[in-house]
Amino acid sequence: MDQRVVISGFGGQGIMSMAQLIVYAGMMDGKNVSWVPSYGPEMRGGTAYCNLVVSDMKIGSPVVTKPNTLIVMNLPSLIKFEKSLVPNGLLLMNSSIISQRPARNDIRPYGIKINDLAVELGNLRTANMIMLGAYVELTKAVSDDSVFASIKKVLGGAKKELVSLNIDAFKLGAKSVHAMCAKI
Amino acid sequence: MEIVFGRPKALTKVEFHYCPGCTHGIIHRLVAEIIDELAIQGKSIGIASVGCSVMAYDYFAVDMIQAAHGRAPAVATAVKRVHPESVVFSYQGDGDLAAIGTAEIVHAAARGENITVIFVNNGTYGMTSGQMAPTTLIGQKCTTCPEGRDPGRAGYPIRMSELLATLDGATYISRESVHTPARINSAKKAIRKAFEVQLRKEGFSLVEILSTCPINWGLNPVDSLKRVEDEMVPFYPLGEIKKCREV
Amino acid sequence: MEKVLMKGNEALAESAIRAGCRYYFGYPITPQSEIPEYLSKRMPQVGGVFLQAESEVAAINMVYGAAAAGARTMTSSSSLGISLKLEGISYIAAAELPCVIVNIMRGGPGLGGIQPAQSDYFQATKGGGHGDYRLIVYAPSSVQELADMTYQAFDIADMYRNPVMILGDGLLGQMMEQVELPEFKENKLIKTADKSWAATGTKESRPPNIFNTLYLDPEKLEELNLALFEKYKAIESREVRAEEYMTADADLLLVAYGITARIVKTAIDEARKKGIKAGLMRPITLWPFPKALANQLSAQVKCILTVEMSQGQLIEDVCLAVGRRVPVHFYGRVGGMIPSVEAVYHEICRYAGMKDDALLELDAGIRYTYAEV
Repeated sequence: MDQRVVISGFGGQGIMSMAQLIVYAGMMDGKNVSWVPSYGPEMRGGTAYCNLVVSDMKIGSPVVTKPNTLIVMNLPSLIKFEKSLVPNGLLLMNSSIISQRPARNDIRPYGIKINDLAVELGNLRTANMIMLGAYVELTKAVSDDSVFASIKKVLGGAKKELVSLNIDAFKLGAKSVHAMCAKI
Repeated sequence: MEIVFGRPKALTKVEFHYCPGCTHGIIHRLVAEIIDELAIQGKSIGIASVGCSVMAYDYFAVDMIQAAHGRAPAVATAVKRVHPESVVFSYQGDGDLAAIGTAEIVHAAARGENITVIFVNNGTYGMTSGQMAPTTLIGQKCTTCPEGRDPGRAGYPIRMSELLATLDGATYISRESVHTPARINSAKKAIRKAFEVQLRKEGFSLVEILSTCPINWGLNPVDSLKRVEDEMVPFYPLGEIKKCREV
Repeated sequence: MEKVLMKGNEALAESAIRAGCRYYFGYPITPQSEIPEYLSKRMPQVGGVFLQAESEVAAINMVYGAAAAGARTMTSSSSLGISLKLEGISYIAAAELPCVIVNIMRGGPGLGGIQPAQSDYFQATKGGGHGDYRLIVYAPSSVQELADMTYQAFDIADMYRNPVMILGDGLLGQMMEQVELPEFKENKLIKTADKSWAATGTKESRPPNIFNTLYLDPEKLEELNLALFEKYKAIESREVRAEEYMTADADLLLVAYGITARIVKTAIDEARKKGIKAGLMRPITLWPFPKALANQLSAQVKCILTVEMSQGQLIEDVCLAVGRRVPVHFYGRVGGMIPSVEAVYHEICRYAGMKDDALLELDAGIRYTYAEV
């Protein structure tokens, strides 16, 4: 198993924390992990992206220039990173706000309306957890239990309701993701 | 027979290198006498600066650290943080403290570092042979203002003590002079107060002492002392600028 | 030991505490600000001092003071901030005081950018500040090594009474990996380490300890320099560290350090799949540089390729070590750009004489051959 992932979106969409949960869970599963954030002068807005690796092998380059999984949370991210995905790579799109289809037909695109689902769940900020659920469902890169443990660890004991809300969002994502056809 | 006057214990036997008529020697002696009187020689750590007093590490019989130009208050800050029960003082000239080291002195004072600064102000760069200092008076001739300091080109002298006294972290600040016996006595009292402030852990203390530089001023020692009274004191008024609690 | 997930900067900071560092002086600068932020929280918990100085200049002089006072002490900054500290570093080296200085490099020159770079190699290894002095320079390539080398740096600094630099970059500082943190050391300040030389106050029981770097008599200053030279020779003979990766049968040797070395390793893995016998020498100590190993490896290879995030600085030490035995090529990205695995793979293919049509388009970057045989 060698997951080389790029996750990209607007600053504030929870890109970094979602990526952190993946590597945290990967570490709990005994994998080698790395997490490289984009960092810049702006604190909010702008484009944020993150490179992460979860691997059975020792990690050489933590910089992911050719991802085998690409998760895009907004349209600029799709445009920026679609080309970099390896052939037959997995593409996960936030289809609530990306109406466009991917240009390539040698990849495996999946869409999920994470914003709509998050609103249904009552908290737009859980959108990233819904995407996380979809990612784990499709790749089995990390175990569900490790994700739940990571959520608990990151959110802390004080916010019990928040933990269960995030776990619900994760489960919702796992069952709501669907394959989509590439642009013909 | 009882010995009533001698070399303070806190001074080494090394002869001062200072020029004839320079008052650095008197100021060294006052600091050493206070170290003796307060019985703090064993726990004192001095910070020498760059300038004429660079070799203070040879003269004070205490642990000494020679600091880079202007940085003595930063060095003193760290030493005091590592050894809070020690007595830490820096000995700096006006080029060191009022030009290249303004950031360090201002921030050490603003933080209220519990250290004592002896600030010797002779209005010139003595060691490098008489260039203009930030404290050089208007009209005063120096090797880099041969026509006399012109405020249009070189700005105005800085009254560091008054400036530092505006900082909440500064506890005790006094300007003194050593050009008459009475002034020497007053300067000694101020130095004592400054060290006592530190011993009581009350914060930052500084004593500015107007000093002579006969060679670079182009005056004989006696006229130099007179110049302190006639020219320096009117611009740099003497006395306590920020008073400490009396004990 | 339990693995934790930490940013490089934070792992470094925690490791410093575990090594017994209780005095940190710093000034905020991206991409290392997590170090002062972390220590501002942690130092009070362990009875230490965190002080945000008024400038990098003040911070390094505080380190000078704390080191002279006998404490384990550290400062950290990034590139341009280190430039400001150089005067103080020269004084610390001259006064033979132990301390740890961290440089999490970013692109330059000037104010530069905030993305990772390795363009301070010269500054770190060739002095930077004035006068003849040397820093022991460690170049970690993972979060684990950031923690381990920082931990060890304090011991090495004490052993040689010499400043030690940890030379990382923005990528290492910002990235997260799993890390096993080292055990807490006994708080060694003054109490256990032999620091009878420190400024602690004489207690009137010994002559004063004096820290001075002024020697107006050139004979005395030469004596100091000769003593430093002897110390540096001893360090060169004992403290060289390097890693070899697939060098046993290599006929193409890559040389890279820090995070770049990991990118190179992945590129070597790709090249090996195509049957190219590429290997890597990764200097772990940049000074002292692994001269003997470089020289020895150069005897078995056809050429050497150094890869750096600079215009070519490490390559000069490689050339000095191998002489004119083989050509030494360079590939680098600058200004905060990171060489890609694909670009390095492409360079390997080129020098191995392999044609790969997929790679006809050259990636951006600087390429040259330093020493034509």
